[in-house]
Amino acid sequence: MKQIPAPLWTLTIGVAVTLLSLWYGQNHGLMPEQASEQAVLIDELFDSMVVMGTALFLVMEGAILYCMIQFRQRKGDETDGPAIEGNLPLEAFWTAIPTILVIGLGLYSFQVFQEIGGITPGHVAHDHGTMIAQADDTPLPGGLSESGKGPLIAENSVFGLGAPLENEDTAADLQVNVTGMQYAWIFTYPEGNIIDGELHVPIGADVQLNISAKDVIHSFWVPQFRLKQDAIPGKKTALRFIANKEGNYPVVCAELCGGYHGSMRTQVIVHSPEDYQAWHDKRVAQTPAVETIAKAPADLSAEEYLSPYSQEMGVNRDLIANLSLK
Amino acid sequence: MTQAELPTSAEVMAIPTTPPPHHPEKWKWYDYFTFNIDHKVIGIQYLVTSFIFYLIGGLMALAMRAELATPASDFLSPDLYNAFLTNHGTIMIFLWIVPASIGGFGNFLVPLMIGARDMAFPKLNALAFWVTVPAGMLIMGSFFFGGAQSGWTSYPPLSVVTANTAQSMWILAIVLAGTSSILGSLNFIVTIWKMRVPSMAWDQMPLFCWAMMATSILALVSTPVLAAGLTLLLFDINFGTSFFDPAKGGDVVMYQHLFWFYSHPAVYLMILPIFGIMSEVIPVHSRKPIFGYKAIAYSSLAICLVGLFVWVHHMFTSGTPPWMRIFFTISTLIVAVPTGVKIFSWVATMWGGKIRYNSAMLFAVGLLAMFVFGGLSGVTLGTAAFDLHVHDTYYVVGHFHYVLFGGSVFGLYAGLYHWYPKMTGRMLNEPLGKVHFILTFIGTNLTFLPMHQLGLQGMPRRVAMYDPQFQALNQLCTFGSIVLGISLLPFLANAIWSWSRGPQAADNPWDAKTLEWTTASPPIIENWEVLPVLTEGPYAYGEEPAEASANT
Ligand SMILES: [Cu+2]
Repeated sequence: MKQIPAPLWTLTIGVAVTLLSLWYGQNHGLMPEQASEQAVLIDELFDSMVVMGTALFLVMEGAILYCMIQFRQRKGDETDGPAIEGNLPLEAFWTAIPTILVIGLGLYSFQVFQEIGGITPGHVAHDHGTMIAQADDTPLPGGLSESGKGPLIAENSVFGLGAPLENEDTAADLQVNVTGMQYAWIFTYPEGNIIDGELHVPIGADVQLNISAKDVIHSFWVPQFRLKQDAIPGKKTALRFIANKEGNYPVVCAELCGGYHGSMRTQVIVHSPEDYQAWHDKRVAQTPAVETIAKAPADLSAEEYLSPYSQEMGVNRDLIANLSLK
Repeated sequence: MTQAELPTSAEVMAIPTTPPPHHPEKWKWYDYFTFNIDHKVIGIQYLVTSFIFYLIGGLMALAMRAELATPASDFLSPDLYNAFLTNHGTIMIFLWIVPASIGGFGNFLVPLMIGARDMAFPKLNALAFWVTVPAGMLIMGSFFFGGAQSGWTSYPPLSVVTANTAQSMWILAIVLAGTSSILGSLNFIVTIWKMRVPSMAWDQMPLFCWAMMATSILALVSTPVLAAGLTLLLFDINFGTSFFDPAKGGDVVMYQHLFWFYSHPAVYLMILPIFGIMSEVIPVHSRKPIFGYKAIAYSSLAICLVGLFVWVHHMFTSGTPPWMRIFFTISTLIVAVPTGVKIFSWVATMWGGKIRYNSAMLFAVGLLAMFVFGGLSGVTLGTAAFDLHVHDTYYVVGHFHYVLFGGSVFGLYAGLYHWYPKMTGRMLNEPLGKVHFILTFIGTNLTFLPMHQLGLQGMPRRVAMYDPQFQALNQLCTFGSIVLGISLLPFLANAIWSWSRGPQAADNPWDAKTLEWTTASPPIIENWEVLPVLTEGPYAYGEEPAEASANT
């Protein structure tokens, strides 16, 4: 033991910690399935934070454990330890290292945030399917509108995610309006007048969700997409994503919205382009029945509004009646 | 203006041996139930009252964990579940951690540590405590009206449309608790500024007092904003205003800004005094001076300052524009630096020491171990891009329980074991303390570690029913919470039994250097017969005993 010099120990521990952290960052298995292109970017950010975090965790916990064992009071020793009150270079070192790490992490997370469309939310107009670019009210990074005189938060701002900067003016392939209400999600497809309790999207399509809330705040979350955006009464919010894996994934309400908040769940179905077209055509064919109800949803009670879809959504009529009483 | 009402330190020195005639020799048990103006009585009133609320809040948590043992909603009604989750958070923050750490330890220790006979404004101090009593009664009483059910955040519109009477009582309770906090903070700032013994320079002040100074400044700046936000909410609920009603031109997101402008700093209100406790407990039981005194003192102030500009990280998925999400990502990440400095300094304090493993030190080291984890998960949450996934999930619940339970509550326990002999004049039983520590440490990790995975996998927070795929991990959490519940038994038995039957404590049982150990245990009513004179720093361990040896 005594023959091995300290620098060699440090080196060995350093290499071991690095390898272990790198391995764990790739193999933590903590995340659910990845089903959107945005999820790939966010997971890379998470994985690198896991690597960094694991390394720091091991070093810190190791140091604490080492102290506990090595520097415990020995039997009968009632004396004090050495009177060391500080060490300026050491303190500068451990202030500088975390500073550099968090600045690096900040830049990296900014990059990811930009790529998932965080800088230009709702660049394409929100208004129920009409796609007009808001030329006179374009939010820029920094929050100023293009005129340079606009308020920091423009009156008609859309919050959430849009397209990444390089194709900020590209319209989404598909727009769906999402409405949160106690305790259900309603998805309306402006093209074709489809209303559904589940979200259907084709794989590979650039989808924009225009999110709103009827009663209280809800939050639209698809864990497999790694994306979440609150649905806020009186505010327009949006999410934009490209699903990259077929399958059914849960849509979860993540903001406390009342007694049955936990049951405010539905699913998103990512179809192949052909399946999506088939679903779309089938639903458009049913439109007449839907249209009569969909004309003025605001004038109807939640019960009336929801009941045609209750079968399909697997929600029992009585439950809806109960809920809308609240 | 305050100067006139204050005895200056010099005057206090001039009349050391004439105790005011209206004081008895020693407080009787019933004095603790009166409007007593002795800072030590008030400190113990805070500690005992808040501990009772800790037990109540803990029972609510156990009921929630019982509900979550199965995916269906089958143990509590959904409304009661929401009332428990709302009031569990409220009680643990406003009626346990804040009053115990600031009101309890702050009041008991600050005058003793700086060599003062009392706080600057003793009557205001007593008032601040007694204001928390109706606050507690309002919270408990709100359950007769269903209990507030919109979370401790009480976001409108939900808070405006749910359980109006209970919600209004809840708001009044928080405003009262906030008032108490403002009164207390003023008192601490003036006391620390003006009432130190003349021989104590700023850089000889115990770090706990630095932490209390930073805490008080933070509370003073941020609490009025919360009070304003909640008052507007109260008006919306009861008087038909529409500050937060979007249908009538109100703005729900504005409430979130008002709320979090206070409530993020509230996290630091709950942890800065605990950091102060750590900086006292670790050097004493490591038998070494604190490492980097100035760095620790200034990092408290840095956390206090930066902590005022991070609140939007609770709103990354709300109605916030891109520049806010980016700016607050950066500011949030920066808080990690001064926090890291403290952790490194404590480990360096232990390094090379001769660590005594009594219960106080075990809880302090346990805090270090868990706070490292809670801090790291906090950094991940600070990045807006990743937060889009985990915001409002169990990942967040896991994170803040590592910080607030693994951090604050462990710190409070460390403080209780460390200063119990000073407060009561009795020693606690060490083996029982160790059992308490082991059960608490295991229980904490069992309860809160799996929550991170639950959140990442897709379980949102504040739900009474969940997807069956999450059942196994939830049962692990529930099992852990039972261990935590049981862990309280040895502590309660120990604390209650030792108060009357424990072995007598010496004036300075840990051989510590701060001034509170220079008086009797428990301290006499005016703290000292003759005010102490500082002969050495608060952490002068490991030096050759020179003139300082006369301490004990
Ligand atoms: Cu909801």
